[in-house]
Parts: sequence; C-alpha cells; structure tokens
Amino acid sequence: MEVRLLTRNFDRPESWTLASYEATGGYAALRKACAMDPVAITEEVKKSGLRGRGGAGFPTGMKWGFVPKDAAKPKYLCVNADESEPGTFKDRYLLERDPHVLVEGIVIASRAVGIHRAYVYVRGEFGLPYRRILGAVREAYAKGYLGADILGTGFHLDVTIHRGAGAYICGEETGLIESLEGKTGQPRIKPPFPAVVGAFGGPTVVNNVETLAAVPWIIENGANAYRGYGTEKSPGTKLFSVSGHVVRPGVYEVPLGYPLRDLVYGLCGGIRGGRKMKANIPGGSSVPILTGEEALAANLDYESLAAAGTMLGSGGMIVIDDSTCMVRALATIEKFYAHESCGQCTPCREGTGWLRDLVMRIESGGGTPADLDKIMSITRNMIGTTICVLSDAAAMPAASFVTKFRDEFARHIGAGRCPIEEGAHA
Amino acid sequence: MQPFEKSDPASNPQGRVPCELKLLGAPITLTAEEEARVAWLFTRYPTRQAAVLPILWMIQEKIGWVPEEAITLVAERCRVPVSHVYGVVSFYTMYNRAPIGAYHLQVCTNLSCQILGAEHVLDCLRRRLGIELGGTTEDGMFSLSEVECLAACEMAPVVQVNDDLVGPLDEGGIDRLLARLRDSAARRTEAGR
Repeated sequence: MEVRLLTRNFDRPESWTLASYEATGGYAALRKACAMDPVAITEEVKKSGLRGRGGAGFPTGMKWGFVPKDAAKPKYLCVNADESEPGTFKDRYLLERDPHVLVEGIVIASRAVGIHRAYVYVRGEFGLPYRRILGAVREAYAKGYLGADILGTGFHLDVTIHRGAGAYICGEETGLIESLEGKTGQPRIKPPFPAVVGAFGGPTVVNNVETLAAVPWIIENGANAYRGYGTEKSPGTKLFSVSGHVVRPGVYEVPLGYPLRDLVYGLCGGIRGGRKMKANIPGGSSVPILTGEEALAANLDYESLAAAGTMLGSGGMIVIDDSTCMVRALATIEKFYAHESCGQCTPCREGTGWLRDLVMRIESGGGTPADLDKIMSITRNMIGTTICVLSDAAAMPAASFVTKFRDEFARHIGAGRCPIEEGAHA
Repeated sequence: MQPFEKSDPASNPQGRVPCELKLLGAPITLTAEEEARVAWLFTRYPTRQAAVLPILWMIQEKIGWVPEEAITLVAERCRVPVSHVYGVVSFYTMYNRAPIGAYHLQVCTNLSCQILGAEHVLDCLRRRLGIELGGTTEDGMFSLSEVECLAACEMAPVVQVNDDLVGPLDEGGIDRLLARLRDSAARRTEAGR
C-alpha cells in the first residue's frame, strides 16, 4: 500500500493553490519551525535519517551541518528542480501538484542554516511546473511566508525561480551552481564542496525537490514518526516514478524497503499484455540494470538495492518486458550520455562516444565478438576517473547490460541483426 | 593549395574579419517593461553575469529565437564578453539559433518512450509534416525536433508542444493533435483579423 506523506494533497482540487494547501494544515510546520532554535531544526532532520532524494542519497541534516556557522560570505540554498535523469518524473509531480510543500520546505531549511537567498533551478523544458512554482512563490510572498520578517520572526528570505535551458549536466550540483552563475554547466572539482564554496563563492546547500518536500512533514510530526516508516537504515517514504511496460505507470509513494514485486505487480498492475518482466532499471537510466528474476527478489531501499548490485538513485524505475531488444535499449541510453557529456574530462568525453558507437554498431548488425570485451574495458576506465559522475552514469548501464544479457548481445552480433521479433509494440 | 595572402585593405574596407561583422549586428531594443525586468533581475543575484540565462529567455520568449544581436545585448548588459554569452547560447539546447515554427513538436526518444514506440511517433510526424528533424514546415506552422527525456515517462511515448506535454501518442492521436493545432492557429488568425 502507498503511504502518502508527501503526496497527500495530490488528488485535491486545485491542490497547487495556497488556499488548498492551508486548508489541509499547510505552513503549520513553518510556524512550528519558527518557534524552534535553528540548530534544533537541523538536529531533527538529522535524527529523521532523511537522505537526499535526487540520486546520491547523502544524509540531508549532515549536509546542512557542513555549512560553516560564521561564514564571511552570504549563504545560499539551491533547490535542484532540474529533473532530467531518464525515467524520473516525481519532482515534476511535486511542482505541479503541491508546490507550496516545496516552498515551506525551502523556508524551514533556510531558517535552519541561516540562509536569506534561495534559488529554485527549474529545468528549462518544464512549462506547467515552472508556472506552478512561480505562482506558489508569489502567493507565499503575499501572505508573508516569504520576504522580510517572515511570520513576525524577523527572519527574511528571498526566493528566485531560475530557469535552466536544456542540459542534463546541470542536475549535478556544481554544474547547477555554474549554470546559476550564468555560465555553461561544467561541474567543478571537489573539494571544496558547495557547503564551503558554492554559489557566488558563498557556502551553499543544494537539495533536491523531494528532499525539501519531506522537511515540513518531519518538522510537524517529528523525526520519530518519520522513522516509523521505512527501514532502520533507510527511514521514511520515497516517491517512485514507474514507467515502461507496466499497466499503470505513474508516481507512487511507498515506505523505503517496499518489495519491488509489490510495486510492479500490485500498485502498477503488472506487465502490459500479461508479458514477462525481462529487466528492471530501478533508479533512473544510470544505475545498473537488474534481470527480471533479480528484480523480483529486491526491496526498494538504499541497502537492499546496493546488495542487489544496483542503486536506488532517483527512484526512476523503468520496467522492461520480454519483447524488448536489450542492445537497442542500451544504444538509446548511451546515445543520451554521449549527447549530455559536458566534454571537460577525457574519459567521459571520449568514452561516452565510444560506448555509443560500439553499441550502435552492434545494433545495426556490424558488431564483432571482440566488441563486448572492448565495451567492458572502456567502462573500467570511465568509472571514478572524472570530475563528476556522468562518466560513471554512462559506464554502469553498459557494463551491467553486457554482463547480464551477454548471450543476447552475442546472438545479435552473430546474426548480424536483432534476434528479437521486431515491432512488437508498433 | 593557394599560399596564404596578406589581406588587401581595399577588399575589406572596414578592416574586420567576417565573423566579427556577423556578431556586431544592428542592436535590438527593449521596451520599458523589459528594461524594468532586466533591472529587477540584477537585484535578484549578487552578480550581473547570473542574469545571462534569464535575459536570453526573456528575448526568446518574445521573438522565438536568439539572434546575434541578442547575444551582443546580453553581453553588454551583463558586462561579460560576447564570447561568453555565445558559449552559453551554444551549450544549452533550448536557445533557438534560428526562427522556428509556431508549434515546436519535440519528440522524446529516450528509453521509456523508445520501448513504447517513440520511433514510430517520430516517423509519423516526419511523414505527416513532410519535414526532417530540425526542419520547419513551409507555412511556418510546425518545427520538429528530437529531445532527451522530458520527465514525463508516464505519458510515453510523449511529445512536448511548445510548453505542454501530450501523450501517450499513437498514429490516431498524432492526427488529432495536428488537426487541433491547425484549428487553433486558424482560429487565432481569424480573431486577429
């Protein structure tokens, strides 16, 4: 069953308006937070065990705690709403259906860390989500939840919506900061981490939309209540974006540790046409793929998926049935990463292109048996060798597809064409 | 191959290289409202450079694309080199470097859409519109592009039409979509008369 803490308002009429949000107790958490010591807010979030929901899963309270208390430069909050990982669309739902929960999370986080300027970096393609968060921020200013002297506390915060312009790499936190500063989105070498030197040279917290949207619930109900959901090491709920060959694709909020089988065959209604689940990419296109059998045995939390050899990532689950050509699927993934590599680091700039070319060659019938080992060797030189993880994001699917579906790749090469019946879905 | 010749000042009276000439087009002007918007943007960020993307967006939303003159204008306002703005415009995929059709059809071909028939959607649109990727119909009504994941995989195969998402699309859905867009364009022309 779903546990709807963050998605509780999704089905309400005009759920995106302030009137609707306040009618369900919205901004009560902010009132509570305003009466709390800022350090206590961070402590509560630390205690809740909330981890970054953008993909990396870093503990949120700890991230806030890294910001120096007595920084000489102004501190900033950057909200990562540049949702671009293929297969992920939960932040779009949050922005469209409940933008005020994000605004409330932004104010609470800013008060905790002592931030007076926040930016919401919204991906450029977002039309409706952009208009909805813009509307929510305007309403919040008018009602005194933003601006000078918030709720009479003397705390002030300005929020600016900043629109991206089409670049996957700007979802990487330092790429996002570079883009916010008006530059091309090329990630920075770390350290220094953004918490020390981030936007405009000041200490900066970069948090995903879903992460901040969880903060009001945690403050209002307490860390212990939040820990009542999920597992010991992965507390709380997570939004999963499920797409591909399922009967009911969509966004589902379940407690962490939820069985993958129940999400796919229960909430999502199983595989279309009663077919078999051939494979499952549980966390966005960059994480290692699972075979159908592996997926059926997995639970959806950080530790269980790591034990299964993959990652929770962004929770963007792509379900693949047995009519799908895995060579073709990998070619699509590698084409994407080659297109999105920013070009700074050689292993990524060259490696993503080589992977794309090799897989496309196999797909078009011109592959050789040596190509599979070549792909594996290239991926080994792409993981952990670059400034950011885009290189790893391209290498992990390639290595896992070729390892787990090697027979199919070999048959493709041997036959010089796709062995899977074509046009099963056309 | 011809040996490299020294430039003849008579053949190049302005003494500029051609690409530089191209960058220094006639300036475009901003309305009072747009000037106010630019001034407001400068108050929202600690540096002027941070307003590069928002001002480019403002211009593109008005005229549909980013001409060379806009690049020069943004460079001047933000006090950064023209080359910097040029780099930004060419790095991001959404700044149009040429005028585009009234309806920009962007077809997602990433994984979730691909496995549900995005290629078929793309082929249908190509045939119906008689244009290739990156092309615009002669009447200026439609432009067609391929895009990466639009974060709308539950609607796969999905197409973004200007700011709006449409999906899941099949052949019949494409016909209805094109008819609806043509119809609303015709009604708008009618209303404008």
